[in-house]
Amino acid sequence: MTIRPYLSILVAVAILALAVSLARSNTFANAIVTAMIVAIAGYGWNLLGGYAGQFSFGHAAFFGAGAYVDAVLQARYGVNAYPAFALAVLAGAGVGGAIGYLSFRAGLRGSYFALITLAFAEVMRIIANAAPIAGGAAGTLIRLDPSLTHFQFQSRLPYLWIALAFVAFAMALTRWVERRRFGAYLVAVRENEAAARALGVDALAVKLRAILVSAALTALAGALYAQYFLFVDASIAFGPWISIEALMGPIVGGLGTVFGPLVGALALHFLGEFARAVAGRIPGVDLALFGALLILAVALARDGVQGVAIGLARKWRARGA
Amino acid sequence: MTEPLVATENLSKRFGGLTAVDDVTLAIPRGGVTGLIGPNGAGKTTLFSLISGSETPTAGRIVFDGRDVTRLAAHVRAALGVGRTFQITQPFAGMSVRENVAIGAYLRHPRRDEALARAAQAAERVGLADKLDAPASSLTVSARKRLEVARALATEPKLLLLDEVLAGLNPSEVRDIVPVVRALAGDGVTILMIEHVMQAVMSLCAHVYVLAEGRLIADGAPAEVTRDRHVIEAYLGKGAADRIGGGNVGA
Amino acid sequence: MLAPPDIVAAAIVNGLMTGAVYALVAVGLTLVYGVLHIINFAHGAILGAAMFAAYVAYRAGVDPYLAMGPLAAAFFALGYGVQRLIIGPASHGEDRNVLLVTLGLSIVIENLLLAVFSSDTRTIDVPYGFSTLDLGFVLLALPKMVAFGVSCVVGAALWALLTATDTGKAIRAVAKERMGATLVGIDPPRVFAVTFGISAACLAVAACLLLPIYYVNPRVGEAYVLVAFTIVVLGGMGSIPGAMIGGLLIGVVESLSGLFFGDSLGQLGIYLIFILVLLLRPTGLFGAAA
Repeated sequence: MTIRPYLSILVAVAILALAVSLARSNTFANAIVTAMIVAIAGYGWNLLGGYAGQFSFGHAAFFGAGAYVDAVLQARYGVNAYPAFALAVLAGAGVGGAIGYLSFRAGLRGSYFALITLAFAEVMRIIANAAPIAGGAAGTLIRLDPSLTHFQFQSRLPYLWIALAFVAFAMALTRWVERRRFGAYLVAVRENEAAARALGVDALAVKLRAILVSAALTALAGALYAQYFLFVDASIAFGPWISIEALMGPIVGGLGTVFGPLVGALALHFLGEFARAVAGRIPGVDLALFGALLILAVALARDGVQGVAIGLARKWRARGA
Repeated sequence: MTEPLVATENLSKRFGGLTAVDDVTLAIPRGGVTGLIGPNGAGKTTLFSLISGSETPTAGRIVFDGRDVTRLAAHVRAALGVGRTFQITQPFAGMSVRENVAIGAYLRHPRRDEALARAAQAAERVGLADKLDAPASSLTVSARKRLEVARALATEPKLLLLDEVLAGLNPSEVRDIVPVVRALAGDGVTILMIEHVMQAVMSLCAHVYVLAEGRLIADGAPAEVTRDRHVIEAYLGKGAADRIGGGNVGA
Repeated sequence: MLAPPDIVAAAIVNGLMTGAVYALVAVGLTLVYGVLHIINFAHGAILGAAMFAAYVAYRAGVDPYLAMGPLAAAFFALGYGVQRLIIGPASHGEDRNVLLVTLGLSIVIENLLLAVFSSDTRTIDVPYGFSTLDLGFVLLALPKMVAFGVSCVVGAALWALLTATDTGKAIRAVAKERMGATLVGIDPPRVFAVTFGISAACLAVAACLLLPIYYVNPRVGEAYVLVAFTIVVLGGMGSIPGAMIGGLLIGVVESLSGLFFGDSLGQLGIYLIFILVLLLRPTGLFGAAA
């Protein structure tokens, strides 16, 4: 395995590490960890939506599965944090496989696929809100007990590094997939499923594998969320907020690229901060801005912020030459 | 060697009220180039889709290389050795020529460097070597046709279904592609080609099937088939055969 | 039966009343799909905006039923503008983009409503709000009856518009065969904008009918949009009769499942129907190919 394709990722991670090490206040730490968790969920979405071209509007289903399984296994069944975390990721993959199998087997694509993923996420939210095993509307609390064995830490700092490590993992995973047959097949299925089939690509299998990995990664983000905030309820775990943020990052930052979800998540984070600074306590202004940004991103920049940056760089170079 | 590579038995395809392919029985021998001609709308591309698996037949069987493939999915047939090009070219947008062809090569060569190398080879065979890193969307029509062939070729097919690879090409482009097709056949690939450009059909095909309104109306050597009165009437209308009379009607 | 027959009958009748309004909400959605071939994710948000508009009118002293006409006209213009100036240009004609643009719109609208009106739930008090008609086995609330009546009238008017007028024929032409319509001189972007406008106008009427019966808050659009989607998928994308019949059907189903299973699970039932229809028969009961 050559190192060169991963060099740019290392550089980005180094820059992020620098930013993380400068984190001083708790609110700043919270914001960064949340942004990174959302970025990881975005990397999950990006594999299915950006590379395979299947837009899901219900990634909350996977995020929530990860969050709840991690929380409930620890809180209700006393399972140790580490196996709980691993099982949470597997649970997410399981949910992804089920939804994917049903939807892709039925031939759903485009808007129909988006709709059904939305429906599945909402079903899970309603059930989680009512089910006693999940704590019902009150949610589930993981007992605060900082120690390495419980995957909990007294200070925020270790969480920052762990989140960063997972972001690095997500980027490396994306790059790795890109350079394999699986990655090429994802793009082929996205661009022209019929032509891909004629060339021997089992489109259904490719899409299923994509949703499995996508769901697992997003579930990982959910489990991380549960581990950090120690509390999940139905609207946190399965609410539309995470479905929307998971897709906005990659779209704004650049669909189907290795850096898109990260760039997008950071851009959204800063936009959110800006909105809060300008509009103060008025609820909804930041999200309204996100929505407007989504429309603009689709209208103006087909390749997201990254694409705009690359395009600008190209123009500068041409002017200099 | 006597067993045909692909055979259809009473193959039919109906789309609602329209019968696109009507009770077609044919057998393509291994090796060589066979032609499939007929007026527009005769059902030729539909027949290709049935053989490659992108459409399922309403009735009949398809046997490929000794196996009944009637119910098999398109990607399974591709793995068994059926390759096809599309009449309206379908490049994978956003990918280079090399990456496009590699999608085909990946079928037999899962490793990236191996697939890319094989892709370059396939591109060379059709004369696209100098365009390997160009974006597929920047290609001219004739180059796109070659891309279609290269991509299908990269899957290392036993049977190659060429759907009007010469359509839209000027005479010199046609002159350039014909030897490519002949070379492919020479390398052992069985070729079934839908074609309207008669000069190519005459010079490449040992045997020709004629489809009109979904039905097989003639088959045989190109020279005979083009003199057949039913074929003439299918192309030129009723009574045309009488008006033209017997004699050499070939291109 | 688990419940006495007249309670079930009452649930059915109430379900039909509500269903008619659902149908009105769904009709716009299916019309937009049939003509523009897009799924408008902002449909619910527009309904929410319309309900708030009706609420504001009410606070200004205008009864919702009286506000219906002007609001319908205003929302027609709004819908026309949104399609012509935002959705159309932003999506460059690509399906995937439209999906995202309408999603973005729904986020913008809902959150603007949240910013302006806060998340409080509001209701209105109209003098006829508690009037009822006694049918023996069921007490029909006047606002519900008005809602049912007006919905049917609007549905019929829409049908007439589509079949008898030139505009309607242009709309149907573009829905059936866009290229052909262009060739006979019809301008698809204008037809798209008009269709979207009609859809928004229907929502404005529905909003005025719903306000006296229910409540409004920024999230209310979401609840209705799910029901609308289910109806459209059930009745068949692009089929107006499908939307009307589907609406009545869903209204009854919701009412009955509320009766037998309680409220929170009633929502679940609708989602499950939605998923099942998508998986098993995406073309719906009356629809054209997906």
